[in-house]
Amino acid sequence: MRVELKDIRKYFGQVKANDGINLTLEPGKIYALVGENGAGKSTLMKILSGYQPPTSGEILLDGQTVQLHSPADALAHGVGMLYQDPLDMPPFRVIDNYLLGSNGGVRLDYKTARAELEGLAGRYGFDIDVNAMIDSLSMGERQQLELVRLLAGGAEVLILDEPTTGISAEQKEILFESIRKLAREEGKTVILVSHKLEEVQDLCLYAYVLRRGQLVGEQELPCLNEQLVEMMFGQVPQRTRRPAFDVGEPVLELRDVTIDTYQLTVPDINLSVRAGEIFGFAGLEGSGQRLVMQACAGLTQPNQGHIYLNGQDVSRWGYHRLQANGVGYVAAGRLEEGLVAGLTLTEHLVLARPEKQFFIDWKDNAQEMAGRIEKYQIIGRPETTADALSGGNQQRLLFALLNTPLKLLLLEHPTRGLDVRSIDYTWQLLYKRRDDGTAILFISADLDEIIEHSDRIAVFSGGKMSRILDAHETTADELGHLIGGQE
Amino acid sequence: MNDSEFVRVMASILLQASPLIIAVCGEILTERSGVVNLSLDGSLLMAAMTGFVVGLLTQNLWLGFGAAALVGALFAGIVAFGSIRLGQSQVAIGFVLALLGDDLSAFLGQNYTRTPGVAVPHTPIPILKDIPIIGPVIFDQDIVVYFALVLIGITWWWLNRTQPGLRLRGSGERPEAAFARGVGVNRVRYLYTILGGALVGIAGAAYSLDVKIGWSDGHVRGFGWIALAIVIFGGWSPIRGAFGALLFGATKALATYLQRAFPEVSVVAFNSIPWVLMILVLLAVGSDYTERFISAMPKDWQRPLRRVLRVSPPMALGTTFHEG
Amino acid sequence: MNDAELSQGKPAGTQNWLLRLWPIVPIIAALLFTSGLLLLFNAGPLESYSAMWTGAFGDANKTFSVLAFWIPLLLASFGLLITFTAGLWNIGIEGQIILGAIFASWVALKVDGPAILLIPLELLAAMVGGALWAGIVAVLKTRGKVNEIFGGLALNNLAIILTNYLISGPWQPPEGGSFRGTTPFQEAALLPRYMDTRFSPLSLVLAVSAFVIVFFILRGTTWGLKLKALGKNPYSAFLLGVRSERETIMAMMFCGALGGLAGAVRVLSWFDSLRQSISGGIGFLALLIVILAAYRIFWVPLIALFFSAVLNGSITLQLRTQLHSSLGGILTGVMVLFVLLFGSAKQLGIGKTKQVVSEGAPEVTYSPADTIVPGKHGGD
Repeated sequence: MRVELKDIRKYFGQVKANDGINLTLEPGKIYALVGENGAGKSTLMKILSGYQPPTSGEILLDGQTVQLHSPADALAHGVGMLYQDPLDMPPFRVIDNYLLGSNGGVRLDYKTARAELEGLAGRYGFDIDVNAMIDSLSMGERQQLELVRLLAGGAEVLILDEPTTGISAEQKEILFESIRKLAREEGKTVILVSHKLEEVQDLCLYAYVLRRGQLVGEQELPCLNEQLVEMMFGQVPQRTRRPAFDVGEPVLELRDVTIDTYQLTVPDINLSVRAGEIFGFAGLEGSGQRLVMQACAGLTQPNQGHIYLNGQDVSRWGYHRLQANGVGYVAAGRLEEGLVAGLTLTEHLVLARPEKQFFIDWKDNAQEMAGRIEKYQIIGRPETTADALSGGNQQRLLFALLNTPLKLLLLEHPTRGLDVRSIDYTWQLLYKRRDDGTAILFISADLDEIIEHSDRIAVFSGGKMSRILDAHETTADELGHLIGGQE
Repeated sequence: MNDSEFVRVMASILLQASPLIIAVCGEILTERSGVVNLSLDGSLLMAAMTGFVVGLLTQNLWLGFGAAALVGALFAGIVAFGSIRLGQSQVAIGFVLALLGDDLSAFLGQNYTRTPGVAVPHTPIPILKDIPIIGPVIFDQDIVVYFALVLIGITWWWLNRTQPGLRLRGSGERPEAAFARGVGVNRVRYLYTILGGALVGIAGAAYSLDVKIGWSDGHVRGFGWIALAIVIFGGWSPIRGAFGALLFGATKALATYLQRAFPEVSVVAFNSIPWVLMILVLLAVGSDYTERFISAMPKDWQRPLRRVLRVSPPMALGTTFHEG
Repeated sequence: MNDAELSQGKPAGTQNWLLRLWPIVPIIAALLFTSGLLLLFNAGPLESYSAMWTGAFGDANKTFSVLAFWIPLLLASFGLLITFTAGLWNIGIEGQIILGAIFASWVALKVDGPAILLIPLELLAAMVGGALWAGIVAVLKTRGKVNEIFGGLALNNLAIILTNYLISGPWQPPEGGSFRGTTPFQEAALLPRYMDTRFSPLSLVLAVSAFVIVFFILRGTTWGLKLKALGKNPYSAFLLGVRSERETIMAMMFCGALGGLAGAVRVLSWFDSLRQSISGGIGFLALLIVILAAYRIFWVPLIALFFSAVLNGSITLQLRTQLHSSLGGILTGVMVLFVLLFGSAKQLGIGKTKQVVSEGAPEVTYSPADTIVPGKHGGD
């Protein structure tokens, strides 16, 4: 199906998320849509997939102008979008999830559905258990199911939004193979929205580059990454060089730590993180790295083994006690797990300060907050509420609320969802922390980030931790293999 | 207790529990779509009063039930409207309506207290009622009981084996995803909240026209809250909810029996049984006993067990969904 | 009206006056509704309302009764402001009032001494009783994951059962159990009242103190801020250093203490003994008052006074017109309902904004897996 977007505009009040975008997509080809965070890629694809209407502009499918009122309507017209977090029903069974929304009468026809599902899955090399519960599946499997559902629903145009985050290397290969098959053999139009340029080069023919709501460039692929990067950012962004640093004594030590939950068992963790060292945890979501970090933060207790902080056994300490003793923890969900929507920045500061006063001196706290706003370059005022800040500023706020100095700083996905400039600034802040002798342990899904910023790395796969690697001496490839469970 | 007495007690328990079963099924439909109808206590009172009065004035049972269903639907409709259209807290609106229903029913029904009215006739099913034990308990009852039993089955089937049932569940679990599949989430919520409310209305009339005939101030006060609790510890499933209702019915019968057997023990102890039971069961449900139990079972059994014993609420229960 | 004006919140000229007057609309609608009901029963609305007015403020005695009923409403409402801030629906307040009355009654019946000793002891005991009862609900919630709505309900009923037991059993009056009340208390145990009314000036002092204390807690203490964070996002609050479990229990117990105090005022001044209807629905009324006040402390006193007047007035109405006294409850209930439904003009008229009347309304998770400690979020 041929897709044309003509002069698409989407305004949210004063913000021009999409500002006059024109593009054409031919059937049988795989396109890439690239741009930094906030460039407008998601907005544009949400418009194309029927999730929201454009403020103005036209969508033409095979030459016909169409009005798409909802994602289901779009699918009926042949456009399907696979979201980064697939829009499925976790408590349902696979078969029920497949059937929801399909036409065909009141009674559910399990036999036909099962046949359809297994047939389609087989065609693309997906392995599906019809009676499994969706929430027991891995991200890759959920994606496969969603893809099958879209295809069964008649999708001729497939939009894939950051599909390779959180899936294994093996699943990625299966996915890419299926995409190639869909495009070449079945003539589907495929759009890949991604910031992983190597994958884009690998899979796609043609790239459209968005910046600040506008289409700023087009490029045939493969090409040099720098060409794309330059169009995405206007200039090649400066990456802060990692300053050399002498690490000190071990601050955090885990000895034979085992954590048991009903979903996962993480056995025999042995590691140590020294003062001023940056230690990276790599691995797919759900492989155990988050559990280990939460044990270090006192949010969960190890079933066996011991955790030591500066030599002291803190295995049974709870979160608040550790917090009072120099451990900082920043969770991945900024607004859900760290900031309180509706509370002002100053109010957050009052809560976060270690020396708690009974009566609040508002003036004093507001002043202190104003100082930290300047120091951390937060765009906001002491009276602004946390939910009014952008993602990058929320991250800066979280850092501003941490105590100084810290013995140990635990970070879950500190740069998730941030644009390159914010990512860079975040790492500058972290390097300043290491100057204070803070031991830093962080989780990231971005292998490049892990290699670039860590001193040492551990990879988690299926609950097991790999041997500890020296960041200087490893490659993204090696990490990828370890993530996939190969030695 | 001999055989026939046992059977009589069982039959009585089922009769007592039937209106509760109807209300519970109705509320399950509502909550599975994502809406909490906290007004149940008030709606039940208003419906009981309305059913009785209309039945009395028209001498027609069907009109009585019909009017009660409308009243229940109206209360539920206000909760739905206030939450979906106006974005207000479901709990707040439901709570106010619960209190209001009590006062309104007392006021509007003031002239009809202690008046004899119509009652649902006893309608045993021939042949079936002669089956030993089950016969007299299940088939020697009236239409309210039969309706309740059939309703359990229909509700279960609707929720788990039909397309509309999938859409209903989807609206309550993950409305964004349901919306993306073409489900009119808010329309679904209105529909099932009002439908659930109508069933609650029928349950109210079932009390004043059958199980606890007549009307008086404070007639069925408290039953609505019990119904809400049963929905929770029945894990939002009609079959387990029915068991919960029977359990509560049984405690009442048990209390009467125990009181006769131990007259020295004061009334206090027996009156408290249902409430203590409520706390204990909610505690059991909230703890991770279920999970630990399942994990201890052989692998093959775990999955079906988990399905049957699932007690988590619909993930989007109590939230508002904004389309588009 | 275009986007720019909307976002500034300044409506165009002609609709300005409508918006200004809007808050009165639900109140008028409530009056109309109740008038309709009255007409249905062949009672003239104007006569009925004037009967209510004279029932409330007709003479000095009646006025003081309204004030006397007002005080426990205030105490309970101020307590509820704390629990609402913490995101809790403390339906159990009724039971906490009752327990406060019971504990105060115990002192009144079992301890001998001068008033100067008895009264502080009773008040203290009442606070302990109410706090304890609230504490149970709180622990059921934090440890047992039992939603506080159901925990509170169950405990309300258990409190009523306990009261009935005491009245007809161990504390029954010498003439024999009549289910009406316990033996009357000694004079020294009762709160000093103004002349022969039921109003106790001391209780007013309590109410004013409660007002000041709650106001400062919410505006100027770290504890109040912790509760606010807890009410908005329990997990984030936890990560920021709020001991969620402990604070929930503290908040509930604080409210329970104030509720207990309300119970003491009831049993030691409004009545002279423990009665069946000792709580008088005050707890539930307080919940309505706080909702109607949009969780703002400054609106509570006036609204509570209004409730007290209406409810006391409707008792006289029943005596005069044979109309059931629940009319008062209907008027107040409908008012809260209408304010909730269309108290904010913005919701109805202008677009589908998410504006809610009560900006302080807590987002309550209605589930048995109510948990405010990690474990729910933990692990992969």
